[in-house]
Amino acid sequence: MAKRSIVPFGPQHPVLPEPVHLDLILEDETVVGAVPSIGFIHRGLEKLVEKRDFKQYVYIAERVCGICSCGHGLGYCEAVEQVMGIEVPDRARYLRTIWVEMSRVHSHLLWLGLLADAMGFESLYMESWRLREKILDMFDETTGGRIIHSVNCVGGVQKDMDSTMLQHILQAIDDIRGEMKPVVETFMQDYTVQSRLKGSGILTKEDATALGAAGPVLRASGISYDARRLGYAAYGDLTMEPITAAEGDSYARCKVRLKELFQSFDLIREAIGKIPDGPISVPVKGNPSGEFFMRIEQPRGEAIYYVKGSGTKYLDRFRMRTPTTSNIPALVEMLKGCQLADVPLLILTIDPCVSCTER
Amino acid sequence: MDYKSEIRKITTAEFFPAVVRMKAENWRLSQICAVSVEHGYEMSYSFCLDKEYRMVTLRLEIGEDEIVASITQIYPCAFIQENEAAELFGVKIEHIDPDYGDRLYRIDEATPFKKKE
Repeated sequence: MAKRSIVPFGPQHPVLPEPVHLDLILEDETVVGAVPSIGFIHRGLEKLVEKRDFKQYVYIAERVCGICSCGHGLGYCEAVEQVMGIEVPDRARYLRTIWVEMSRVHSHLLWLGLLADAMGFESLYMESWRLREKILDMFDETTGGRIIHSVNCVGGVQKDMDSTMLQHILQAIDDIRGEMKPVVETFMQDYTVQSRLKGSGILTKEDATALGAAGPVLRASGISYDARRLGYAAYGDLTMEPITAAEGDSYARCKVRLKELFQSFDLIREAIGKIPDGPISVPVKGNPSGEFFMRIEQPRGEAIYYVKGSGTKYLDRFRMRTPTTSNIPALVEMLKGCQLADVPLLILTIDPCVSCTER
Repeated sequence: MDYKSEIRKITTAEFFPAVVRMKAENWRLSQICAVSVEHGYEMSYSFCLDKEYRMVTLRLEIGEDEIVASITQIYPCAFIQENEAAELFGVKIEHIDPDYGDRLYRIDEATPFKKKE
């Protein structure tokens, strides 16, 4: 008869850049259950909305997380703009799209490096992070910040890009795309990668819906849902179809993210080709009164931003439901039946962002 | 495609059957949000129908001491957000599975998001 034991995993672990804890219930080496614990670094940033005026709060929203910073600023601003009925200038919509797609590339390359490192694939880890540096350099050149960009504001964006800069971005993404292709092919065709990821941590289509999964985790289980299709920012003017996979295993989740890298390049190229001239922001008058649930597609999946205002400069409530919060229940399901040695990799295939979860 | 969310106000008596209906119609639970209002809370349960990109929010208004049933029996993935609403706002939610008993977040203050008198 199998021996049952409980193994604590985290909150500090070599594969976890941020603290999260799992009590793994094992039968011999096989995981039969897991109880997640979060909350080691909860900051209560949502509460600050009652003490910062709604325009200042953009800076807080952007600082919830260093990887999803641009998207958080965008989600918050779009939610407030919906409440206030503000129509953002077209150029600002396109600029927002270019920056959030650059963020997606930056996030996915960061994740690829972490996953490669966890597998002992050090050259791939260094190569992905070397390419990520180029994206960070582009952020630095276009926004003045590598991690926190502070480009979004209620009513538009704070910074513009001239045509020379846009051409420079086009050239840079072509270069990165060229360098990334062999990296991605090497990763996806590697025997060890395939043997460790294929068939592991399977999440069925039905479970993905029932467990409220989001983003690449949801799409890798065959569900074609990508919040960018809703058409916020400039996505309504651009061509995109959600990238999906049918297998629902760890390998499928990686495949979806890697294909999304190239999709982001296509979207940046298309947005630069279509960006109109004009103003980048409109003046904001009055205070928000009303409520709105805004959905956007962050690199890790659908994020929901709820704002509620009652006509004063302070909002009554701001709520941010981040994709990792949605993917933790799915992770618990994926872990069942896997071997203890596979747990670190399985956690990384949901690309957890604890900083967002502990907003 | 419209990204506006429909908000349906429901009563406590209608709440559980409404959630069961969402589950039967294959809606995905996308978020739970608590808001402190005068004399109680506003609970919003948002669901997405992925094929149509639709989002519907069930809005439940409850008194400060009113007990609301957990939906983890229907949507097991609700446990994190329900524990959060209970711990940060003090919403009385019964039968959350698993119930972290106010220890989801390692914070010193009890119900920090609750409206102070």
